[in-house]
Amino acid sequence: MEILKTFALGGIHPKENKLSANVPIEVLPIPKQVIVPLGQNLGAPSQPVIKRGDKLKVGQLIGKGMSFISADLHSPVSGTVLKIDNLLDSSGFHRPAIVINVEGDEWAESIDRTDNLTTKIELSPQEIIEKVKKAGLVGMGGATFPTHVKLMVPSGKTVEYLIINGVECEPYLTADHRLMLEKGSEILIGTKILMKALKVNKAVIGIENNKPDAINHLSQLAKKHEGINVRALQIKYPQGGEKQLIKAITNREVPSAKLPIEVGCVVQNVGTALAVYEAVQKNKPLIERIVTVTGKAVKKPSNFKVRIGTPIKQLIEAAEGLPENTGKIIGGGPMMGKTLQSPEVPIVKGSSGILLMKKEESYRQIESPCIRCSKCIYVCPMGLEPFFLSRLSKLAKFDMAEKEIIMDCIECGSCQYTCPAYIPLLDYLRLGKAKVATAIRTRNIT
Amino acid sequence: MDNIIIISTITLSSLGIVSAVILYFIANKFKVYEDPKIDEVEELLPLANCGGCGFPGCRAFAEVTVKQAKDQQNLEELFCPVGGNETLQNIGNILGLEIEAKDPMIAVIRCNGSTANSPSKVKYEGVNSCAFAHALYSGEGGCRYGCLRLADCVDACEFDAIHMNPETDLPVVNNKCTACGACVIACPRNIIELRKKGPKKRRVFISCVNSEKGGHAKKNCAVACIGCGKCAKVCKFNAITINSFLAYINFDRCTLCRKCVEVCPTTAIWEVNFKPRKPKLENITIATEKPKEVVDKHSIACEKTSILHSQANIEYH
Repeated sequence: MEILKTFALGGIHPKENKLSANVPIEVLPIPKQVIVPLGQNLGAPSQPVIKRGDKLKVGQLIGKGMSFISADLHSPVSGTVLKIDNLLDSSGFHRPAIVINVEGDEWAESIDRTDNLTTKIELSPQEIIEKVKKAGLVGMGGATFPTHVKLMVPSGKTVEYLIINGVECEPYLTADHRLMLEKGSEILIGTKILMKALKVNKAVIGIENNKPDAINHLSQLAKKHEGINVRALQIKYPQGGEKQLIKAITNREVPSAKLPIEVGCVVQNVGTALAVYEAVQKNKPLIERIVTVTGKAVKKPSNFKVRIGTPIKQLIEAAEGLPENTGKIIGGGPMMGKTLQSPEVPIVKGSSGILLMKKEESYRQIESPCIRCSKCIYVCPMGLEPFFLSRLSKLAKFDMAEKEIIMDCIECGSCQYTCPAYIPLLDYLRLGKAKVATAIRTRNIT
Repeated sequence: MDNIIIISTITLSSLGIVSAVILYFIANKFKVYEDPKIDEVEELLPLANCGGCGFPGCRAFAEVTVKQAKDQQNLEELFCPVGGNETLQNIGNILGLEIEAKDPMIAVIRCNGSTANSPSKVKYEGVNSCAFAHALYSGEGGCRYGCLRLADCVDACEFDAIHMNPETDLPVVNNKCTACGACVIACPRNIIELRKKGPKKRRVFISCVNSEKGGHAKKNCAVACIGCGKCAKVCKFNAITINSFLAYINFDRCTLCRKCVEVCPTTAIWEVNFKPRKPKLENITIATEKPKEVVDKHSIACEKTSILHSQANIEYH
């Protein structure tokens, strides 16, 4: 009997509602048309390298990441480029995207499409990073930070731990859970590859205790691999946050405004580990991902393997249609996800789930004055004062908010979830963060 | 008993006298000279403390005015938008300077994306403020340049000059506007512009700020500027420029001939406070007649609501 670990500060435990946990991953048919937004990663958007009318094969390069924090983009389907235009994406704005008309399913020759498990890692660390970069990998947990940047350890820093994030603390979502059950061996080889690239010999896979089957399965498989440890963690949101997971597993605290590398840790999602395996061993760029379609009113909550760029409408149809009393379609989980404006929005590299909320669940409560209960301060996993920060943001005192380190907020939404006065704290915090980030950027330029 | 009263009276009064003498000398020693004109100028100002002049309050404006008059013998670039030319003239009289009259300005809302013209595709439920909605998404109508209809400008106005029109869900500026510019700063989408009021308050402007391609703009809003360039072609005074699919009328060059209003295919150009046109029956085809009626009706409706506001002081939000 061991005491399960978790992070120290704050946290909440919302209802898990993992409706699709026992539904195996289903491969969705290729859509007739895909929309591939150019800005799918954190940092600078990719630049298109194709033009209208070009014939594409699956896995062909279509967008190139030009700056340091940027990722390449590959065609998820074979077909013809219809147009490059500003289209609505999950951010709620019209952003540049490539529209491809699908013709057949012709893959680039270099991609190994067989299911054989390739266990031997032949490449050197430098070659692995190069290959990861060429495959356009980004963090699959949702933040979409380019993976190759995470693997390039700055000189003078050493990595002690590789942490694989299988926590999936968001309610409803089960994409990572299914992935761990069905692609366990691949994930472990992916972890091995990442360990080699980072030159570490210790890797920990952190999984929340509400997924005992995944913990058992991966523990069994991990016996074959030296240095990989599977660790069960307490069930607490937002344990999937990078900094929270490091605190839970290694008991180290990442300093404010610093990267996890400062404390000798690199965190990768299980989805990323699988993508790394496919990129390095099979030459397959990031063109597919697992998406959970769920919700209390959904007839068939499912986990789908879909091509990037598939309209969300098609996923909803595959889950037997939009329920009549749907109030909101949320891209992502209920805590951090964003309401989508239209079901035409495409799946991107960072979409982990689609949540259809009933009308009666989805409406917002009316905001009332703060009663100073300080619940938001208790639950904040970053040790901030959400009410104070939101107040500063409301009064447009962004310079003060910056001094109160508003930029440390991870937008987990715990404060708003727990607020008995229904104050939309996260909305205020998000605005404050956006304003402060712009101020910092302009200051750095001048 | 008597002694106590006498002693305390004498002690207290002598203390008072001594302190008065000390205070007199100290006051003389640390006296700050302030130009009496500053007070005179401040009395003339509207004392709205709106900051429209660019200084923190009327007192600061008075100080700067007197200082500049002393140093440079002019009042260039100093203007109280609330008091207007009259106030500045009075200030000039006190300071002994000649003042050039400036054209009065008014805030103009350059968006006509009402619920009818740009129907809502989604329903926003977040914080009831444009600043927040702007950071989140492109807007209920889908136009990422257009009005978010959440009335940040109404909250910013100190003069009760902007109200939401409940029919269109758009803000309307009435005659109380002093062009202080608070709404211009409050609008996160830079829709509101300070333009010249124009002779007899007549003005022509483009009621759209969408710089997307015509097709995209039109998809979200029926009355968007599509950058077709017809107005620029028809304008004889080079007052209209087209920049990234968006026309802009330079009000210094505009002579209010209203030719551009006639040719605009999407009725994005507005004419305000003009007399209704005489219908040219023989030339009008059905296709061009329709939008024209919309414009006229609209401008009349706006006028009516603004008069309503100014007369009856009705408040709606």
